[in-house]
Amino acid sequence: MTAQTTAVVSPAAPSVLPAVRRGGLAAVLGLTGTLLVLLVMASLPYVVDNGVTTQLVKLCYLIALASMWNLLAGYAGMVSMGQQAFIGLGAYTLFVVNDHGINVYAGTLVVSAVVALIAWPVSYIAFRLRGGYFAVGTWVIAEVVRLIVVRFDSLGAASGRNITTITAEPVLRQAYTYWLALAVMAAALLGTYLALRSRLGLDLQAIRDDETAAGSLGVNVTRGKRIIYIAAAGGCAAAGAVICVNSLGVASPSQIFGVQYTALMIFMVVIGGIGTVEGPVIGALVYFLLDKYFAQSGVWYLVVIGAAAIAVSLYLPRGLWGTLAHRTGFAIFPVTHKVLQTTRRDEA
Amino acid sequence: MTAPVLQPLLEVENLAVSFGALNVLEDVELAVPRGQAVGIVGPNGAGKSTLLSAISGVEPVTRGTVRLGGRDVTRASAAQRCRLGVGRSFQIPRPFGDLTVFENVLVGAQRGGGLRGTHAREQALTALETTGMLPVANKPAGGLPLLGRKRLELARALATAPELLLLDEIAGGLTESEADELVGTVLSLKEAGVTILWIEHVVKALVQVVDRLVCLAYGRIRVDGDPHKVLASPEVAEVYLGGTTA
Repeated sequence: MTAQTTAVVSPAAPSVLPAVRRGGLAAVLGLTGTLLVLLVMASLPYVVDNGVTTQLVKLCYLIALASMWNLLAGYAGMVSMGQQAFIGLGAYTLFVVNDHGINVYAGTLVVSAVVALIAWPVSYIAFRLRGGYFAVGTWVIAEVVRLIVVRFDSLGAASGRNITTITAEPVLRQAYTYWLALAVMAAALLGTYLALRSRLGLDLQAIRDDETAAGSLGVNVTRGKRIIYIAAAGGCAAAGAVICVNSLGVASPSQIFGVQYTALMIFMVVIGGIGTVEGPVIGALVYFLLDKYFAQSGVWYLVVIGAAAIAVSLYLPRGLWGTLAHRTGFAIFPVTHKVLQTTRRDEA
Repeated sequence: MTAPVLQPLLEVENLAVSFGALNVLEDVELAVPRGQAVGIVGPNGAGKSTLLSAISGVEPVTRGTVRLGGRDVTRASAAQRCRLGVGRSFQIPRPFGDLTVFENVLVGAQRGGGLRGTHAREQALTALETTGMLPVANKPAGGLPLLGRKRLELARALATAPELLLLDEIAGGLTESEADELVGTVLSLKEAGVTILWIEHVVKALVQVVDRLVCLAYGRIRVDGDPHKVLASPEVAEVYLGGTTA
């Protein structure tokens, strides 16, 4: 602040303005690297055993879910406790779409669009609430959605349902399911990244930090939040459809509409690093590994999960990736702008 | 120079703002012609900041009309008014803490200024240069000291390319030379044709810029006119020093 006190300040003074960079080479490398990883992952069904891809399906939808919650809470400041409404709706809409003769893989795209359309009017209700009330309100909305869905006997009422038509051949079905999960994850990640690099992305972060100030700078606050709410609903619905396809149906409505999905999303995002594109991926990986190695350990599983959450919150409040990014400035998906300072100032 | 031949840029008519039973502003009438710089003084709690909030759309009005270039904007949102050319700074700075200083300003250039890509970036950089914030462009705004935050308020408002600039106590806490620098900046904005409404306790800085001074007290405009005459008026003395003329 003291360095420029001698500088002559005049808006009329024509001068060479510094350049602004957004990741530059790192952005290109990050994107190329990600596409390569996705390509390798896409070829896995030809290379590895079925068991591996079965597990990766879970990782894929976890990453997709975590990315969606991060988009809502980490970027747009909407702490939703009710994304399970859209996960459940995704699964149940898939039944309807499937019953109408659309295969489950292409159907997921339809599901995503339909649920996004449902989320639009829902947002008008949810946005009447703020902060903690918004969180509780979204949860209530999820419960209401569950209670409505349960009333339909054709959807299995309170006892869950199976998908009627799906690829019969198990190896092929597994490969298709995996590719579907991979596609949903890739769309969630790249969609988030592209949205954040757009003007909307900056709007969202401004809204998150101070709604009033954002409005006073011309940001259409409600519009920005609504777009993200609807997009996140579509993303969660796609993940819900993957969960449904993966288990060939829904065991029970209270499972797929369960608040445990939200708890899971919060866990992954907080562990990985809220407000970074990469954080949810890391968080999902951590949860995936914990789940893989401790899930059989009964109550110790929950103890380990809880301890991990407490440890990260206490010692790395920015999360694993968030801490790394903050200390080193490193990013695979660079969103922030960097002004390249010239030496011009030294001459002044 | 202030002859009302043209439509005033800003017209405030019969404005009232109440917080519950408390009437913060009452019967406020104010017309500001294009290009004029108007200072607002008054004791704490007079309703100065509330007046700016009512004009910028942050505070809903209870009664009355706000017109911008003849257009009734009383029901328009703060964002709409910003896009129509109202830029404001907040008295208590409201930075986007997790964004960099440059990004804070870029929000204004992109939305309030309606610009994209390179144009938006250039406008943001120019606003930073004007306010001397360029050296800290990459710092997170949340880490700025108070002075930096105040400058950032001004930079963000400038980035929206306002026709009407509402400034709320941006000179407080500045050193003599910093205040001079700020006066220079605001003067050059005025020369560039920006209409200015400036609340300031640092009257010395204010009178160097404004063509007209308004004294607000207890929610009403008490005196309105030539800055030096207003400052010398018995009403202002009474407002600041208490009713000694018993």
